Amino acid sequence: MSDLAISSRGLTKRFGSGQVAVNAVDLAVPAGSVYGFLGPNGSGKTTSIRLLLGLVRPTAGRHDLLGEPMPQRAARVLPRVGALVEGPAFHPYLSGRDNLRRLDAADRTTDPASERQRVDAALERVGLLAAAGKRYRIFSLGMRQRLAIAAALLRPRELLILDEPTNGLDPQGTREVRQLLTALAADGITVLLSTHLLSEVEQICTHVGVMHLGRLVAQGELATLRAQTAPRVRVLSPEPAAAAKILGDLGLTSVERVGETVTAVIGEAGTAGGTTVPPEKVVAALVHADVPVRGFEVSTSDLEEMFVELTGEGFDVSG
Amino acid sequence: MSVAEVPAGVVAPPLVSTRFFRSELLLIFGRRRNWVGMAVLAAVPVVLAIAVKVTAPPAGSDVGSFIGNITSNGLFVALASLTLEIPLFLPIAVAAIAGDAVAGEANQGTLRYLLSVPVDRTRLLLVKFGAIVVFALICTLLVAAVGTLLGLVLFGGGPVVTLSGSTLPFWSGVGRLVLVCLYVTVCLTGFGAIGMFVSTLTEQPIGATIAVMLLAFASQIMDAIPQLSVIHRYLPTHYWLSFAELMRDPVDAGRLVPGLLSALAYLAIFGSAGWARFSGRDVTS
Repeated sequence: MSDLAISSRGLTKRFGSGQVAVNAVDLAVPAGSVYGFLGPNGSGKTTSIRLLLGLVRPTAGRHDLLGEPMPQRAARVLPRVGALVEGPAFHPYLSGRDNLRRLDAADRTTDPASERQRVDAALERVGLLAAAGKRYRIFSLGMRQRLAIAAALLRPRELLILDEPTNGLDPQGTREVRQLLTALAADGITVLLSTHLLSEVEQICTHVGVMHLGRLVAQGELATLRAQTAPRVRVLSPEPAAAAKILGDLGLTSVERVGETVTAVIGEAGTAGGTTVPPEKVVAALVHADVPVRGFEVSTSDLEEMFVELTGEGFDVSG
Repeated sequence: MSVAEVPAGVVAPPLVSTRFFRSELLLIFGRRRNWVGMAVLAAVPVVLAIAVKVTAPPAGSDVGSFIGNITSNGLFVALASLTLEIPLFLPIAVAAIAGDAVAGEANQGTLRYLLSVPVDRTRLLLVKFGAIVVFALICTLLVAAVGTLLGLVLFGGGPVVTLSGSTLPFWSGVGRLVLVCLYVTVCLTGFGAIGMFVSTLTEQPIGATIAVMLLAFASQIMDAIPQLSVIHRYLPTHYWLSFAELMRDPVDAGRLVPGLLSALAYLAIFGSAGWARFSGRDVTS
């Protein structure tokens, strides 16, 4: 098996309208990773997922899933891939269970004799067993989302492609999904998690890829990407001018003063873990100079900052 | 994780599996809307038989037509009902199912999940089309069965007087009626192929259904305009009523062939057009 569960080369989708939704994307999702697929609304995440699953034909480029070329080997590969694309979609007048049975029946590679066990196990896993007999149309948004996750887990998978799986879930449900994904990842299942909940990414992802305007603007291990943005120190002092001077003397850059708070970049981008000035020296210098310190903090750049840095601050949906 | 390891409950794909097809039939015949539609289809022979029974038209009127023959034999309730339903109700029923075939799944978003199961697109169309054929057959048989049963109760059975004036034994008459149902089903199948093609063009099932219904009506209107006689034999509905040939004695099979060929031609053309359209289409719903 290839080391990459998903790999694409120059994957591009230009729609009939001329809009380039996905532009030369080279995805590399290592097997066994939990890959956070980030990007603002309209940045091309969902179209990328549709391309990966073969729902949309690429204008250019190619991609492999689980080491097999798509879409040529779709019949072989897709049964091993569970997917949740752009929210749940089921037949409203069928029960939750009957909806799963229909998907199971459509799968030529499952054994009809064990359909019931599979369906029940999937329902159990998302806590929907008790409500499975109800018609889908009376399901709440959270129940619908759970059913979609159950469909993705209907049979043993090697790769899960999940588009905002916690959308519409209550905090309890969000937590359950997070635990479920963590457990699945521990079993060695690769997960591509498209989301805009950065806290979710920080908690469970090992890798991230960031989409912006149809391009993959960053990709790699979460820790490595984080290190690329410089950590900062924050000093809280009643004598901010003196504190700022000390920080400047120590060679820290971008020293800024707001009220009693002074911030500065403690190292250069890409040097996290090996910052040029150790934080403890900063404290020592401040104390030595008799600058009163009320608070001190080193913030490794948080994901949100990194995200905004890569994709711009605007709230506008990418056109 | 190892790929070689075959997970529990997973089998090599069998050459032929009817599971998805059966699931499709359950979906169609489990849907209340379709039950209502079939109830309407079944109501026509009931209304017709009771109306004829109550009003008792003078004997000898309308000789040679199915309705005129009803009082002589219950089987003619079935034939008259099919004659009444084939211009309107049966095409509507087929249009409802065919229009829904692909557009309905696309509209609900279930199409993207079926395709990522994966269901091969050609297989999806074959299953959908097979279900349309079964539905058309069941609807036709339903009308014929209700008509026959009620007709036998109200007007009795016995030998069947054909449209040519000769007499057939009762069971031969039943055999002819079954052939009539098969002919009507083939005609509706060709029409259903058009419906399924239209269904691949849109994500609005109602829109597809209405478009196909309008096509059936327009075809019949044009068929009624003598000045358009040049194109009559190319109209999809032109040969539908030719099933009456099966109630002549002897049957001139040659007069049934054009209708069958017309239906097969529509099936071939619109089946391939639907396939060509759907197999390359981007599914963005």
